[in-house]
Amino acid sequence: MALTQGPGRFITSERLGVLVLLIIAYGIIPTLGGSYLFDAILTPFLALSLAALGLNILTGYAGQVSLGSAAFLAIGAFAAFNFNLRVPGLPFAGSIVLAGLTAALIGIFFGLPSLRLKGFYLAVSTLAAQFFVQWALTKFSWFSNNNPSGVIDAPALTLAGTAFTGPVGRYLFSLTIVVLITFASTRLIRSQTGRNFIAVRDHETAARVIGVPVLATKLTAFGISSFIIGVAGVLWAFAYLRTVETAGFNIDRSFQILFIIIIGGLASLRGAFFGAAFIVVFPLLLSRLGGALFGGVFDSGVLEMSQRIGIGALIILFLILEPRGLAALLDRIWDWIRPRRVTA
Amino acid sequence: MTRKQGLPLMVFDYQFFIEVLVGGLLSGIMYSLVALGFVLIYKTSGVLNFAQGSMLLFAALTFVSLEERGVPFALALAATLAVMVALGIAIERMVLRPLVNQPPITLFMATLGLSYVIEGAAQLVWGTQVHGLDLGIEDRPFEVHGVLISQFDLFAATVAGSLVALFSLFFRYTRIGLAFRAVADDQYAALAVGLKLPRVWAIVWTAAGVVALVAGLLWGARLGVQFSLSLVVLKALPVLVLGGFDSIAGAIIGGLLIGAIEKLSEVYVGPWFGGGIESWAAYVVALGFLLVRPAGLFGQKLVERA
Amino acid sequence: MPSITALKPLPDEAPVRQAAAALASERAIGDGKVVRSTVTPSPAAGDPVLAIERVSLSFGGVVALADIDLEVAPREIRAVIGPNGAGKSSLLNVITGLYKPDRGRVWLDGKSFVQTPTARLARLGIARTFQNLALFKGLSVHDNVVMGLSSEIRSGFLGQIIGSPRARREEQRHRAAADEIIAFLHLGEVVERPAGGLPYGIQKRVELARALVARPRVLLLDEPMAGMTLTEKRELTGFIRTARDTYGTAIVLIEHDIGVVMGLSDRVAVLDYGRKIADGKPDEIRANQEVIDAYLGVAHDEEAGAAADGF
Repeated sequence: MALTQGPGRFITSERLGVLVLLIIAYGIIPTLGGSYLFDAILTPFLALSLAALGLNILTGYAGQVSLGSAAFLAIGAFAAFNFNLRVPGLPFAGSIVLAGLTAALIGIFFGLPSLRLKGFYLAVSTLAAQFFVQWALTKFSWFSNNNPSGVIDAPALTLAGTAFTGPVGRYLFSLTIVVLITFASTRLIRSQTGRNFIAVRDHETAARVIGVPVLATKLTAFGISSFIIGVAGVLWAFAYLRTVETAGFNIDRSFQILFIIIIGGLASLRGAFFGAAFIVVFPLLLSRLGGALFGGVFDSGVLEMSQRIGIGALIILFLILEPRGLAALLDRIWDWIRPRRVTA
Repeated sequence: MTRKQGLPLMVFDYQFFIEVLVGGLLSGIMYSLVALGFVLIYKTSGVLNFAQGSMLLFAALTFVSLEERGVPFALALAATLAVMVALGIAIERMVLRPLVNQPPITLFMATLGLSYVIEGAAQLVWGTQVHGLDLGIEDRPFEVHGVLISQFDLFAATVAGSLVALFSLFFRYTRIGLAFRAVADDQYAALAVGLKLPRVWAIVWTAAGVVALVAGLLWGARLGVQFSLSLVVLKALPVLVLGGFDSIAGAIIGGLLIGAIEKLSEVYVGPWFGGGIESWAAYVVALGFLLVRPAGLFGQKLVERA
Repeated sequence: MPSITALKPLPDEAPVRQAAAALASERAIGDGKVVRSTVTPSPAAGDPVLAIERVSLSFGGVVALADIDLEVAPREIRAVIGPNGAGKSSLLNVITGLYKPDRGRVWLDGKSFVQTPTARLARLGIARTFQNLALFKGLSVHDNVVMGLSSEIRSGFLGQIIGSPRARREEQRHRAAADEIIAFLHLGEVVERPAGGLPYGIQKRVELARALVARPRVLLLDEPMAGMTLTEKRELTGFIRTARDTYGTAIVLIEHDIGVVMGLSDRVAVLDYGRKIADGKPDEIRANQEVIDAYLGVAHDEEAGAAADGF
C-alpha cells in the first residue's frame, strides 16, 4: 500500500509546465529579433541562474554559507580556457566538463573547514577562497597564457563540430547547458543525497546519529555546487562577456549571487531563476523609470547608487516579509488564483 | 605558516624588522577600530553587523562633504555625530526589530543588505568622487632609536587606544554599561529585570555609529574618502576571528596581530610569490585559527547542545 | 490545527501485533538483519543488548556521571529516572557517542567501546529520539521517516541522479518500510506535510517513526513525554509498548513522569547527582527509601493521579 504518490502518473501538471517552458525557450524566443535581448538579458540571465542554482544547493539546501562563489566562476572560466588551449583535440564540451571538475575539486578543498565550522565562521573561511583565488589568477600570468593585457578573448563555443556563434547561438548553447544541469539538480534534490543535504542543514547531530555520512555529505555539497558554479563561469565568460578576465569575479559578484538566492528563495531551484531574472531586469527597469521620472539628473552614477539602495532594501524587505523569497511569494499568488484542493 | 627569511641570519636587518612590525601594529590598530564597532553590537545583540564598513564610509563622507561646503570642523563633527545617532536609531527600529527572532545568519544577511543601502545612499547624497580628508595631523615620520614611525599612525593609535579604554570603563563602571553586559549575557533575564531592550540596542547602535565616525575619519585621512573605504569591513572579520567576536580586548589584540602578520608576511614572504599576498594573508591566518580555536583568543566558547 | 483526537484511536492491540509480526518475519532488510518475530512481551533471558560499565563523566568540576553500571536486556523497557541534573541526558549522550566518558566502556552488540562511534550507531542497532525534537523541518513527514534508513544507503549521488537500478531499489524499499511505520503510528494523514509545521505531539510521533523504521535493537527515548497532554501521553505510551511487543525493540526511557514510567517499564534505574542509587522492578523502586527521599516524595500523589488516568 503506497500512502504517498511515489512514481505516480507520468504526465503531471508540473512536467507539462516544464515542457511548455522548453517549447517557448527553444522554439519561440529565438524568433524574437534583436541581439540586445539575447546578449544583454537572456544570456547573462542564464549564466547567473546557473551560478545561483549551484550556490543554492550549497547554501540553501545544505546550509553551508559561502561568500566566495565568484572565485569558482573565475576558476571555471580560466580552467575551460586553459584546457581548451593546451589540450590538443579536446572537444569544447570536454573542456567544460573538466573546468567543472577543477572547480569541484578546489571547492571540496576550500569546503574542508565546514567539517568544523558553521554559520558565519564558515563564511569567513570562504572569503579566504575568494581573495586567494582572485589573487592567484591575476598574479600568475600562466593562467591567462601570458597575455600582456591580462584580458583574453574567449574562443567560440562549439558542440559536436558546430559553432554556436551570434547572439542566438550563444543563447541556445547556454540554454541547453542550463536545462541539462537543472534537470540533473532536480533529481539530485529529490534523491537520498538531496535529503542528506537538508538533514545536515536542519539538524546535524540527529543526521549523524541516524547514520547520514555528514562529512561526505558536506563535501559532496561543496563539490557539486562548485562544479555547477564553475560551468556557470564558463557561460558567463564565454557566452556572455566573451572575454576571460579576473575583473568581474570579485566579492561584489559573490554578494550578487547570494542576493539572487535570498531574493529568489533559499532551498528552491526555481528561486535561482526568479532571483536571477530579477537581478538582471531590475537595473534596466530602474534606469527607464529613473530616466522617465527624473530626466537628465538620472545619470549612470545615480543609477548605480539607486540600484544599490534598491537591492539592499529589497533584501531587507524579503528577509522580513517573505524569507522564502520570490518562489514562495509567487506560490502564494498562484494558490490565491487557483486554490489547491486539500487532499484528505 | 613557515617563516622564510630572504637573508641569512647574520645579516638580518633587525631595525627594518622592527619598523615593519611597528608599522604593522599601528595599522592593525586601525583594523581594531573597525572591529570594535562589530564587537559592541555583537556583544549586546548577537548581530554581526556587516554594515559597519558602510557606516564608516557614510560618516566620513558626510563629514568631508560638510567641511567642503564651508562648515567649520567642530560643527561638521557635531552634525555628523547627530546623523550617525539618527542612523543608529533608524536601523534598530526598521531593520532589527522586525527580525528580532530570526537566526543569526538571517540577521547577517540583513546587515549585508543594509550595507548596500547605506553605501548607495551615502554616495547618492554626497556624490561618488574621492575626497581628501585633512585632520590637521601631518604624516611626518619621526625617529625612535633609529626606527621610523609615522606620526599619523601614532595619533591614530592613541585615539583608538583612548576609545577602547573609554568603552572598557563605560562597560564596567556605568549603569548603562552594566545594562549592556546584562543584555549580552542573557536577553530574557535582562527583560525580566525590566531592562528595555530596544532602548539598549538603540544606544548600542549609536555607539557603534560613533566608533564608525572615528574610524571613518582616521581611515579617510589615511586613504582618502572613497567607496573602497567600506571594504575595510572585510578586513575586520579576520580580526574578529582571532580576537573573539564578543571581546573588546580581543578586537585590539586581534587587530594588532593581523596588522603585524599582514605587514610582516608581505615583506618577508611576499617576494617569494611576487607580492600582493596582503590581500589574502589575513584570511588564511584566520582560517587556520578557526580550525584550531574557533572561539578566538578571548571570545567565549560557543556551547552547542545536542 | 487538527486536534489529536481527530486522528484514529489506538486499535485493539492483538490483531495489529499479529499482522505486523507476520509482515516482519517475512522480510529481511538491508544488510541481512532479520526482525525477530516472536510476540511474547516478557524480556528474554540472555546477553544484555546494551550495557554500560563503570562510566564516569565530568565537565570541569561538575560530576555528571559517577561509576554508572547499567544493563538492558533484549526486549525490555528500561527506565532511567532522577531529578534534573542527575545525569540522565549525559548518559544517553555517552551511549550514543556524543560525549566521551572519562572512564568506563559502553557495550553494544557484543562489542565494547571507549567512545561509541556515532556514525555507526544505526548499524549497531541503536536509535534515539531527542529531548528538544530533532526533526528535519525542511523535509516532509515521509522523507523524515525514510531518513531513518540512511545508514543502509549504498548508492552514490551519481547513481541517484541517473536512476541506477541500485538507487531505485533502495528508494522503493525504503519508501515501503517508511509506509509501514507511518501506518503503524497513524501518521497517514500528515505524511506529505513538511514536518516543521505540525503540532508538537505529531512531531514527536514522527521522530519516533524515524527511529523505529530501521528496526533498532535498542531505542533510546529522551524525555518523550515532555510537553504532552494527558491524551497524547496515553497514546504515546501505547505506541511505545506496542513497538516493543511488535518489533522486539528494547527501550531505554529517560523520563520525568513517574506515573508513565512505573506503568510502562520492566525495570527502573534511579540516578541522583550522577550516581545510581537504585535499580530494579518498579515495585521495588517505589518502596526504596533512598529513592523516596531523593526523588519520589512528591511523586506519590502524582503517581496516584496517573494510576487513576489509566497508565
